[in-house]
Amino acid sequence: MAHYDMAARDWFALDHLRSEWFGNVRNDLIAGLVVALALIPEAIAFSIIAGVDPKVGLYASFSIAVLCALTGGRPGMISAATAATAVLMVDLVRDHGLQYLLAATIMAGVLQIAAGILRLGRAMRFVSRSVMTGFVNALAILIFMAQVPEMIGVPLATYPLIALGLAILYLFPYLTKAVPAPLVCILVITGIALYYGLELRTVGDMGDLPDALPVFMLPDIPLTLETLEIILPYSVGVAVVGLLESLMTASIVDELTDTASDRNRECVGQGVANFCTGFIGGMAGCAMIGQSIINVQSGGRGRLSTFCAGVFLLILVVFLGEYVSLIPMAALVAIMIMVSVGTFSWASLRKLREQPLSAGVVMVATVVTVVATHNLAIGVGLGVLLSGIFFAAKIAQIFRVTSTLSADGATRRYRVEGQVFFASADDFVAAFDFAEVLERVEIDLTQAHIWDVSSVAALDTVVLKFRREGAEVVLIGLNAASETIVDKLAVHDKPGASDLLSAH
Amino acid sequence: MAETPEHSVLACIDGSIYAQSVADHAAWAAGRLSAGVRLLQVLGRRESSSSDRSGRIVAGARRQLLEQLSELDHARAKLLQSQARLDLSDAEVRLRDAGVERVDKLLRQGDLLETLQALEDETSLIVIGKRGAAADFATGHLGSNLERILRAMHRPVLIAARGYGAPSRVVIAFDGRASAINAVDEVARSALFQGLAITLVQCGTPDQASATRLAAAAEQLAGGGLKTEQRIESGPPETTLPAIVEETGTDLVVMGAYGHSRLRTLMIGSTTTQVIRDCKVPILVYR
Repeated sequence: MAHYDMAARDWFALDHLRSEWFGNVRNDLIAGLVVALALIPEAIAFSIIAGVDPKVGLYASFSIAVLCALTGGRPGMISAATAATAVLMVDLVRDHGLQYLLAATIMAGVLQIAAGILRLGRAMRFVSRSVMTGFVNALAILIFMAQVPEMIGVPLATYPLIALGLAILYLFPYLTKAVPAPLVCILVITGIALYYGLELRTVGDMGDLPDALPVFMLPDIPLTLETLEIILPYSVGVAVVGLLESLMTASIVDELTDTASDRNRECVGQGVANFCTGFIGGMAGCAMIGQSIINVQSGGRGRLSTFCAGVFLLILVVFLGEYVSLIPMAALVAIMIMVSVGTFSWASLRKLREQPLSAGVVMVATVVTVVATHNLAIGVGLGVLLSGIFFAAKIAQIFRVTSTLSADGATRRYRVEGQVFFASADDFVAAFDFAEVLERVEIDLTQAHIWDVSSVAALDTVVLKFRREGAEVVLIGLNAASETIVDKLAVHDKPGASDLLSAH
Repeated sequence: MAETPEHSVLACIDGSIYAQSVADHAAWAAGRLSAGVRLLQVLGRRESSSSDRSGRIVAGARRQLLEQLSELDHARAKLLQSQARLDLSDAEVRLRDAGVERVDKLLRQGDLLETLQALEDETSLIVIGKRGAAADFATGHLGSNLERILRAMHRPVLIAARGYGAPSRVVIAFDGRASAINAVDEVARSALFQGLAITLVQCGTPDQASATRLAAAAEQLAGGGLKTEQRIESGPPETTLPAIVEETGTDLVVMGAYGHSRLRTLMIGSTTTQVIRDCKVPILVYR
């Protein structure tokens, strides 16, 4: 009998909380700093993608990181303003302005909280690995594409600086791994630009940087149904994409650290973070794959690492704001190219040849749709749909009808084996020979499973057709075969349940 | 609570120097309770991390990092595992030499407290060292796991001292609280204490109510066939008890577990913790 009184349970919860926060203090602090330094250029770059001032992304990154540290379900995962959500909001900002973006962010938060409470985290299992790979690759391509405007029609000095930045990012770690390469890249390139007085586009040209701590404010929008109509489609997209990327990142961190996360709590955490972020003038965000990998790589494991990343980021930008505005865009472009190259799953290209065609088609379709629509939600939707169809087509092949004629030629016994459902219902009907003249037809369903109403209708058709031809029809084993029609099988918790799926 | 005949005594060992004395204490308890001993060692959580602070993500970064971390974990786990198996076998030999017949060994991965909670139903007594391998030389502090276990578990916990000698003189720290009354009740009924000399000690300003409770407790112990003395001391328990233990040559202290104000003890520490820390003899804590 395992009974826990309140005192013991409270203590246990407190103890658990303490280990999640303070189980790894030194490494968490260091990793938090490394991540904060890497987050600054990204937050600025993603603000520029969305078409808003850098401070919108920087405030968002601070607030989302800190709130997810407090409320999220995956300690050690980094959440902030992201490319995935930024690309969704480009049109909204262009057509209606920043205030609507803030409102959409708040709304997205509400939707995510609802998803968490309704335990939709489980729905992630319908997103197959191919779709996830497609998502990640599409994201990498979007991040890269967003850098293209910064590389066209810009001062010539930009190109050698981008090349130098990339060289530093990739080669400097061979020199030492104790100093974050992105920091070195920014310092060197900014130094060169200032020393030679180069005329370059800088972060300061892209809009306002934070000059104070964020303050609470209500978005300046009319509270009408029309407003809701404008923001809702964007909010839904942001909520879905944000949860997808967050849960996907959570499973990556799970895998890297060999620990478990609470998915539904993560949904609620993301929602709370976005909801609050909208009120301090930040854009919507979610978990970041690249940054979370950097965090784990730098030793970050606990909630403290995420929390510190947010706090360090705010301190750095608020107090170093005037220096941040001097950073040439070339340095950011170099960092974002590294991020997009690191995010892209290069192994998936090689696997295209090794894996079944259907997996490749799903992955490529997801990527193409996202790049065409700039909407990760649509791409993932298509990917899920395609993988469902391919799966149904595969399972439909596990189906066979054989028959034997009695000695007197008057009775034929059909033996149906395998899965009968919408995708195999036509094959099922076609397997019977209605032209044969018989007195009696026996259909043995003992080895078959009838999954849905399509297959029930198909069976009805078969029975009717034989009757019309003057035969007596006998169904054998129908009860057991049709047990699968009910929506909830609850197979896993019944003894002998696996028998239900193999043979009756 | 019904005792399962097998594996009644759960002995938690690790690589620390307490492993031998834990085995000896467990053998003593098992002999007295005519129970078996289950030796448990729990390998801790994975803590491997790379020292890469470069903040870069190269192509295939996730795969590389996963491989690197798995490699580190694998090497560490292998080493820990073989060491743990040795520790367990050593302890088993020690138990068998001490005449314990039913011994089994359990090597688990994960958190010690969570593992103990899963085994609680098959356990009537937990034996654990005062400090773990990680806290060996910080003698002023208790093992980090010990306090967690004392607070979360419902079974009596025997905290082994560094050395072992078969207990003969027992002090019961009595403060009149529910957990102390329960401790007296358990002692009176337990086979552990038959034939041992018992002293009930009450610390704090004596008054009528506490004297009555002390007398009732003594009577209960006598009813269980135990030879009992009573003592009332005026000082605070956290300094008085260790002094009495030293002075009288006591070799086992029995006490009730923590009071319930967790937040308060988080701030200022608790009497239980201090007594456990300052008494250099084994301590048996009842919930």
